[in-house]
Amino acid sequence: MSDTIELKYEVSTEDFTRAGEASSDVKKKLRQMGVPPEAIRKVAIAMYEGEINMVIHANGGTITVLIDSECIDMTLQDRGPGIPDIEKAMQAGYSTAPDNVRNLGFGAGMGLPNMKKYSDEMKVETELGVGTRVNMKVFIPE
Amino acid sequence: MDKFENSVHLDPDKCKGCINCIKRCPTGAIRVRNGKAVITKQFCIDCGECIRICPHHAKQATYDPLSAIKEYEYTVALPAPSLYGQFNNLEDSNIVLTALKRMGFDDVFEVGAAAEIVSKVSRSYAEAHEEQWPLISTACPSVVKLIRVRFPNLIDHLLPIQAPVELAAAMARDKALKETGLPSEKIGIFFISPCPAKVSACKHPIGIETCEVDGVLAIREVYPKLLPFMKEVAAAPEELATSGKIGVGWGSSGGEAGGLLTDSYLAADGIENVLRVLEDLEDQKFENLEFIELNACNGGCVGGVLAVENPYVAKVKLKKLRKYLPVAGMHVNASEEELRKVEWTQEVEYEPVFKLGNNMKESIQMMSQVEALTKKFPGIDCGSCGAPSCQALAEDIVRGIAKESDCIHILREYIHKLSGEISMLDRE
Repeated sequence: MSDTIELKYEVSTEDFTRAGEASSDVKKKLRQMGVPPEAIRKVAIAMYEGEINMVIHANGGTITVLIDSECIDMTLQDRGPGIPDIEKAMQAGYSTAPDNVRNLGFGAGMGLPNMKKYSDEMKVETELGVGTRVNMKVFIPE
Repeated sequence: MDKFENSVHLDPDKCKGCINCIKRCPTGAIRVRNGKAVITKQFCIDCGECIRICPHHAKQATYDPLSAIKEYEYTVALPAPSLYGQFNNLEDSNIVLTALKRMGFDDVFEVGAAAEIVSKVSRSYAEAHEEQWPLISTACPSVVKLIRVRFPNLIDHLLPIQAPVELAAAMARDKALKETGLPSEKIGIFFISPCPAKVSACKHPIGIETCEVDGVLAIREVYPKLLPFMKEVAAAPEELATSGKIGVGWGSSGGEAGGLLTDSYLAADGIENVLRVLEDLEDQKFENLEFIELNACNGGCVGGVLAVENPYVAKVKLKKLRKYLPVAGMHVNASEEELRKVEWTQEVEYEPVFKLGNNMKESIQMMSQVEALTKKFPGIDCGSCGAPSCQALAEDIVRGIAKESDCIHILREYIHKLSGEISMLDRE
């Protein structure tokens, strides 16, 4: 029997209203696994922001979540244009979201900053024209 | 005392073992076992959805019979604001209150009146505790129960203030004690309720130690008894009403928020909508919101399963009644210290009832088994196994309370295979 569990999600851009389904499912499963509430909160927010980013900017992709009793490890691989200037993208309030998305209340430029804030470790690898891969870790306190 | 007590019970003779309730339950608390619906108490939040959906009326609300008032020497009725929304062309709530006295109660104390004090205390609490914004209303016991088991991160946002009925009961008892000189046990305080969730909330309160309500009566049982008395007293009712617009407003969705006198609020009603709002709140999708009012029933308390009238019609009727009422009826002269007594005295703790195993390691292993099992099932969530979904069946199996062959599709495959083998034997 495995001590690690892997959850995989396909994030599609077909239906905007479905964005957030993956993070919602992860939340439910973390609760069932008895993960402490504070860690669930961090995962929920970080992953939700990442998922929305994949839908708004990046033609969707896949999310892989690895969970063991010490860490929740999320990898978000998208099919987007890549990020030309990561430093700029990490600034609070900086956004390249189009107006129609902003009108829905998204695109406030808090996506990446919030992901960084709510994860304990974050790594962004991006290649222009190919996509971006974000790895986030939330550690579970003893 | 069982903190997971609920107020829904089953009439096993009427239960056909269909899948309506298991599908509707928002927390997945119901299974059909041996042809009958069984509720897992820890998961149940008393929302009443199963009572509404059951076509055979096998799911029933628990409440006290009208005869319960005979057990006390002196009785006080606490009518919920939603009661006033049940009657056609009601222009004066005094008619309902006087009729309640004719019906057999010695006194009445409007829950709406206490609601106005709760509104006042809530206003000052919200002002002083910006760090807890958005505050989530705690008047609906189903919402509090839901947050306690499913949204641990939102517990800090709960408005730690008694529900109007709890305050009304305490005030009514004080008044009765003073006026009658009777010992407390001879005084019966009865809530006339639109909702059975209040039954368990009064017996096993959350946030306060004890609730002064002795019995919960159903609006739908009081209603027909009340009508003839209302006709009798309509011409000259006693002046008993103390609740104004704000208090009566609590009977339907948006009323509690209205009493806070702020624009920065959200009011959602209906359990599915409540769940969506809480999920979004957990993901921090709202900003700069002061207050969130949530009611498990459609339309708010008027939508309770013990009410008579269509909730949306009742809402209109309440609106009409409120039109000429003063903004607040009760003039609260209570001191700051007295008002503080309305606040909760007990901490609400997260109850991780959905946890699979005893510790995280075990739970993770069990979750892997659930994932593997779920893939084996057809994924059509037919409910024939008695669980609401294939995933739920997988969880039950891993928890040791169901088996793979409960899935009729797995069973069918097995029989196919078996009959194939038998026909092989035939040919040999």
